[in-house]
Amino acid sequence: MSFDISVTKRIGDAGISCRIEAGEGLTVLFGPSGAGKTSVLNMVAGLIAPDQGHIRVSGEALYDAATGLDVPADQRRAGYVFQEPRLFPHMRVRANLLYGRRESGLDVDDTIALLGIAHLLDRWPRTLSGGEARRVAIGRALLSDPAFLLLDEPLSSLDRARREEIMRLIERLRDELGLPILMVTHDREEAARLSTRIVEM
Amino acid sequence: MLTPEEWGIVALSLKVGGVAVLLCLPIAFALAYLLARVRFPGKVLVDGLIHLPLVVPPVVTGWLLLIAFAPHGPIGGWLESWFGVSVLFRWTGAAIAAGVMALPLMVRAMRLSIEGVDQRLEQAGRTLGASRWRVFRTITLPLSLPGVIAGAVLGFARGLGEFGATITFVSNVPGETETLPLAIYAALQSPGGEAMVLRLAAISVLLSLSALIASELIARRAGRGLHVL
Repeated sequence: MSFDISVTKRIGDAGISCRIEAGEGLTVLFGPSGAGKTSVLNMVAGLIAPDQGHIRVSGEALYDAATGLDVPADQRRAGYVFQEPRLFPHMRVRANLLYGRRESGLDVDDTIALLGIAHLLDRWPRTLSGGEARRVAIGRALLSDPAFLLLDEPLSSLDRARREEIMRLIERLRDELGLPILMVTHDREEAARLSTRIVEM
Repeated sequence: MLTPEEWGIVALSLKVGGVAVLLCLPIAFALAYLLARVRFPGKVLVDGLIHLPLVVPPVVTGWLLLIAFAPHGPIGGWLESWFGVSVLFRWTGAAIAAGVMALPLMVRAMRLSIEGVDQRLEQAGRTLGASRWRVFRTITLPLSLPGVIAGAVLGFARGLGEFGATITFVSNVPGETETLPLAIYAALQSPGGEAMVLRLAAISVLLSLSALIASELIARRAGRGLHVL
């Protein structure tokens, strides 16, 4: 099973509870804003700790409240593409791409070509458009040789042409890399087109 | 222009201010980081203690330093027995007084800049496989650097102007602890010292103004998202 997740967490007055048992391909976590979808991704990435439950990805346990296991974020090998690109503003695109690079990962030139960002390498992040920044953020995550991908609203705040472009890219990642992908969206059309399965929250 | 004696005073002031800031820099940064990022009991008290030299009469700060660094004082006794040194009536003591007085300003500026670093960027670094130390070194530190430099320059300017705590702590020893403010005060007390007062005051204003402008420019550059280094 690629994602085996069962977590609960109390944040302020709200409670988050999520159960995912998903096989290969792209799993969409679907639901209205405020349901805690991003919090679930953060728990899988190890950025926040659940109160209860377990998280296993491709058979590897990342968190288990029962045994006290909590693998640190930097050792989980999550390819996390946040809702905002979160590019490092003091580094050029090239340095951003190579920040988390592992030798065992994808070839740098191939990835740059796949994403169509070769012409951006010497630019500063603040000079990029929304679509360009998103592609660089995806490239940065891919080059860190992730064991799985977490995509948080990867198509939000993009115009129609850019959306189509990123959607095709996600389809290629899903079909060619064979990485388990957990994607958050609140757009039903997006969910229907990209997902192997949908988990409602 | 200045007489050799006056140049000596300027040089001593720069040395005292510079050493004070260099000594304070790591301490101020650690305190700023603690206050900006860590929640712990008694935080308000620690914050208050750091800011105390800003509001307490400098003569009180100087007196407290005198007690602490006296030959049998808690720090002075330790320095005496381990290193056989004393900072009383020495330029090192003047640097300590300047450092203590500059510390709150440095901590303030650095704390603001550390709080300004987007922690979501640090999270991104962590998910990319970077250890906490690497995230600190490659993201937190460079992004807060403009504030750190601005704070250091501001602290340097404050150190140059230190008077009350210094004269109470290490008194006015020409060539050893007589920095610009002390020299100006001494010249004011002596008949016919007006010309010297004028020259030293002009130098003081010039140095402090340059430091302030430098600090402001660095902070403003940082605010525009440009990078100092």
